[in-house]
Formats: sequence, structure tokens, C-alpha cells
Amino acid sequence: MAKNDGKAKNAPRRNPAAKLEEVMTGTTVFNVPFPKDLSVLKTMSPIVVKYPYYVEYIHSYGQDSPFFAGLANRKLLGTRCAKCDYTYATPRLHCTHCGGETDWVELPQEGRVHTFTTCYYGSEEFLEETPFHLVLVEFEGVDTLLLARLIGVGGPEDIKIGMKIRAKFRRNSQLRPTDVYFVPAG
Amino acid sequence: MRPVYMVSGGVSKFEKARPDATFQKMVKEAFDYALGDVPKIRPDMIDGSVGSYFSDHFTRQLMAGIMATDYLGLCPKPNKRIEGGGATGGLCFQGAWEAVASGRMNCCVAFGFETMSHVQTWKGNEFIALASDVNFDYPVGGFYSGYYAMMVNRHIHEFGTTVEQMAMVSVKNHMNAYNNPYAQKRKRLTIQDVRNAEMVAYPLTLLDICVMSDGAAVCILADEETAFKLTDRPVKITGVGTGTDMMRMADRPHGEVILAPNEKKSDYKNLKYPGVHSFRAGRSAGLQAYRMAGIKDPIREIDFVELHDAYTSSEIQTYEDLALCKYGGGGKFVEEGHPFMPQIEYGLKLKRKGTIPVNPSGGLIACGHPVGATGLMQAVFAFWQIQGTIKKHYGSPELQLKKANRGLIHSHAGTGTYVTVSILERGW
Repeated sequence: MAKNDGKAKNAPRRNPAAKLEEVMTGTTVFNVPFPKDLSVLKTMSPIVVKYPYYVEYIHSYGQDSPFFAGLANRKLLGTRCAKCDYTYATPRLHCTHCGGETDWVELPQEGRVHTFTTCYYGSEEFLEETPFHLVLVEFEGVDTLLLARLIGVGGPEDIKIGMKIRAKFRRNSQLRPTDVYFVPAG
Repeated sequence: MRPVYMVSGGVSKFEKARPDATFQKMVKEAFDYALGDVPKIRPDMIDGSVGSYFSDHFTRQLMAGIMATDYLGLCPKPNKRIEGGGATGGLCFQGAWEAVASGRMNCCVAFGFETMSHVQTWKGNEFIALASDVNFDYPVGGFYSGYYAMMVNRHIHEFGTTVEQMAMVSVKNHMNAYNNPYAQKRKRLTIQDVRNAEMVAYPLTLLDICVMSDGAAVCILADEETAFKLTDRPVKITGVGTGTDMMRMADRPHGEVILAPNEKKSDYKNLKYPGVHSFRAGRSAGLQAYRMAGIKDPIREIDFVELHDAYTSSEIQTYEDLALCKYGGGGKFVEEGHPFMPQIEYGLKLKRKGTIPVNPSGGLIACGHPVGATGLMQAVFAFWQIQGTIKKHYGSPELQLKKANRGLIHSHAGTGTYVTVSILERGW
């Protein structure tokens, strides 16, 4: 799918604003010019250096962990408040409405598109996956929604609010929320 | 609580990148500008400061707040950092208000900055998206433009809002900024230009979305006695409100509308609220500020608004939260011309132009959005507007409103999680 999908027909093909994307590569400098007259230092160009910024981070899903265990076993889990019955599609162990503790429940694996978008750009981590579709999924009898990817459609013109979609699971779990994704139902 | 006044402000020019200056130097530029505007101020009159910047990832310097404080020469007086995503600047402004209103300080400096050029744009988007739930939201495709696109698609579904109405917001704000020398993007655009721009997250194009910036802004707040010693045109802060909502959009309730004084329950028979189409935090913040300032009919009692237009769609949604029109009426509101400046030519046919100008400065879309500075920038632009000093500070009078006795500033974080509203009025 082309990057310019969804924009007006007959868009001009000449783009005087076109420009190359900036890259973060640079050159190693061995000698820095320096003036004899110190009073001109305030007019010198700034020195900009680059260094890597990478860490191995240990992240615990904490009390949300059963959700990910569920995905690994092809189950979509939400939580239901034991006190007020409010049901969460995106699980939380404590109810925001009454403060009560919730219990794990299995969610239906079919729902409807509550809203959607198609991302043609994204954060660096997901840039290579563009374009991709995001949906908020609503489920019968559940009070809140779930954010997920939708595949099996072309562009945003193929996605309609209210359309039925079905959950699918990765066979090899990555222990990420993307272990579940949705496709058009039937 | 004591009455609080804004006595001065300053803004560094917002730019894509400021490699010539560190964050301390940018804050110093805004601070010196603010001091220069109230020549009677002496260092011993300042009791302390509140600082704001959003992201430790962008700054790559923890405790940057104290480094700005020491650069400004404000040690050993009190300082703290305030952070709340996109609303960081607005929260900082209210933090300084609290310091003065409580009597802890007679004069407090609010400063804010952001250095977003230190990483490439898509890495920057990743840093920003970390302000969404990292268990459930970020890993699915964390991208703020995508989140707001989902919200406006639901708004379109509920209310019939159109992409052309959204584009009109972009035309308006870029055109207003044409006469604002502080703005990063000063452009004459058409609705077609906005729609033909590259699609980022359907239906939002590149021109529906604000840009990243480097920049700083400063506001100086004082009690009544100090204020009138420093200036004969202080601006009084008569209302403050702060609203919040659940971080995950998926968790937002689908209940009943929180009614503004000019609305009735029967206006919203079948509307589930806020869902993902409206910002409950914005409504909550607005109603708190209106109550405190004694405002019953905002569109008639407020002369102009500087609101957080990170997206054209969120400007339309915010008209509704602030009860400038009813929920669902935001698209028509801009289409009819209400939020445009009466004296500016936009190349659009507008039936009812200039009822209540929104973002006379050009807003975030055109000025830029160096997050920690943004909410304070809005305060400074609103302050100059009320003082009637736009010509002095912008170098030209085009953006000065004839009637600007009372203005509203609005700062907004991640999909509407934190929203601040403050009311500023002529105080002399």
C-alpha cells in the first residue's frame, strides 16, 4: 500500500517542499580550528557530538502478568470487579470505580471495531511495520475496550466502526500484547 | 487564598533545533526578556521558582530543573520541578499560582523548556509514546498521532465532523502565526494543502499535527502589592482548574455528560460520555475554572482562548469541552468562523467570523510544542494580548485583538489525561 493512500485525488506530483530525511550519521573530527582572538569565540558554531543510548531493561508485568500467560494459551483475559461487576477488557486488578479487587475472566474472542486508524508513520520501534492498523475493540457485556492491531484489510477505507472482528493468537508467544491481533470476522 | 497576578513573561523563539544553546541558556533568554519588561524588579523581590520540562529522555540530564535554577541565579531560593506530559507547562503555571495564592511567596517565577532536537523525529515519537501504558498500549504500536487519530475517527462517527473542518483549524492557526515572530511555522495554507499533505495516521495529515521544537518560556507571578509595584498593567488570574482522566483510552467510561452551566441533560440524550471522542479532563478543568472566575456563559464572557491544539482534531474537541459550543458542535463551530480572528484574511468564506478568537498566536500547530515550555508560552501570549502590548512584543499590531479583557489558557496532556484551564483578566 502506498504511503499517500487516503489523500485527495489529483494531488500535484511536483513537490517543491520535498527534502531528504535527516540522518543521524556524522563524521569523526580530529582537529578543531581555534582562533587566536578569544573574543570571537562567542560566534563559533556549536560542537555537537553523538553517542549511543541503549540499555537492557528488566520490565515486570507485575499483577497484569496473567493476561500475557493467557495470550500464550490462546485465551483473552479481562477482569471483573467482585464488588460492582464492572468488567474490564484491558485488565486491572483493582476497580477504578469502587476500589474493589477484580477477578480474572475470559473475554469473548469476537468483538467490534469501536474506533480505528491506519498509521503510515510511527515511533522508531514500529516504523518498519508501517502502515499498520490500530483498533479499539468493544466486546458484548464488557464495559471497557482493548487496543490491538487489525490485519487482513487493505487501507482505512476497508475498516468500519461497528464491523465484527475476531481475535487470533501468535503460535509462538512473544509475551507482548501483540500476541493477540484481530482479523475481520467471517 | 490571595489574589494572584501575572506581571511579566518571555519566550525564546521556538525552533526545530537550537544547537547553539543548552536548555539553561534558552530559559535564560526568556527570563531576561521577562525581567526587561518589568525594570523595577530586583533579584531580592523574587522568592522562588517552579520549573517544568516533560521528558528526562529528551533532556538526558536528570535534575535539569536545578541546573536552570542556578543558571538564572535563583539559588538558594525554593524550586521544584513539575511534570504532567503535554500539560506540564500549564501545571507549572498553576504551581506558581499556588505558591503566591497560599502566601508562601510574594513573587514566583515559572519557567519551562524542552530540547526535542536531540533525537531524530521518529525516536522522539517513541519517547513521547512512552507516555502511554507500557504494558498494554505502547507495545501495540505506540504513536500519539495514532491515538488522536482513533479519537477523532470516533468523533467523526458520533457527530459527523469532517476532515475539511479539521483542515480549517490548520489554515487558521498557520495564518495567525504569519504575524507572530516567535512561531516556528508561518504559512498561508488552503484546505486542499492540508488534505494533500502526507498522511501520518488516518485521517490526520502532516499539517493536522504540531511539530517538535526546542524552546523555553517564563512567566512571573506576584501578589497584588508586588504586582502593582512592578507594573501598572498586571493581569489577574481569576480562575484555575485541573482535570484528569484514565491513562488508557480503552478504560474511559461511557456514561453521562458532565454538564456546563449553559447545557441541559436533554441536549445529550443518546451520547455516551466521554468515551474516546471527548476529553472529560478538559471539561472538568474548564468547569472548575469557570466556577472560580464566576463565568456562566463562556462564549459571551471570554474574549479569546489559547488552547492546546497539538492536533487540529483536538482543537475541535476542546471547543466542546470548554463549552464554547455543545458536544458535537465543534466542527460547525470552526466551519462558521467563530474561532477565527476578525481582522485577518484567511482566503475562506466564513459566515460568523471572530465570535471568540481561538489561538490568535498560531497555537502549537504553528508556534511549535517544546512540551515543558508550551503551556507557559500560551500564558505569555495571552498576557500580552490582555495588556494590549502585542505590537511591542511581536513587532507588529496585526494580532492584537480590540477587546481582550479576559482570556482562557488551556494545556493538555496525553489523550486528555491531564488538562489545565486558567482564566486571565485585565487586572488594572
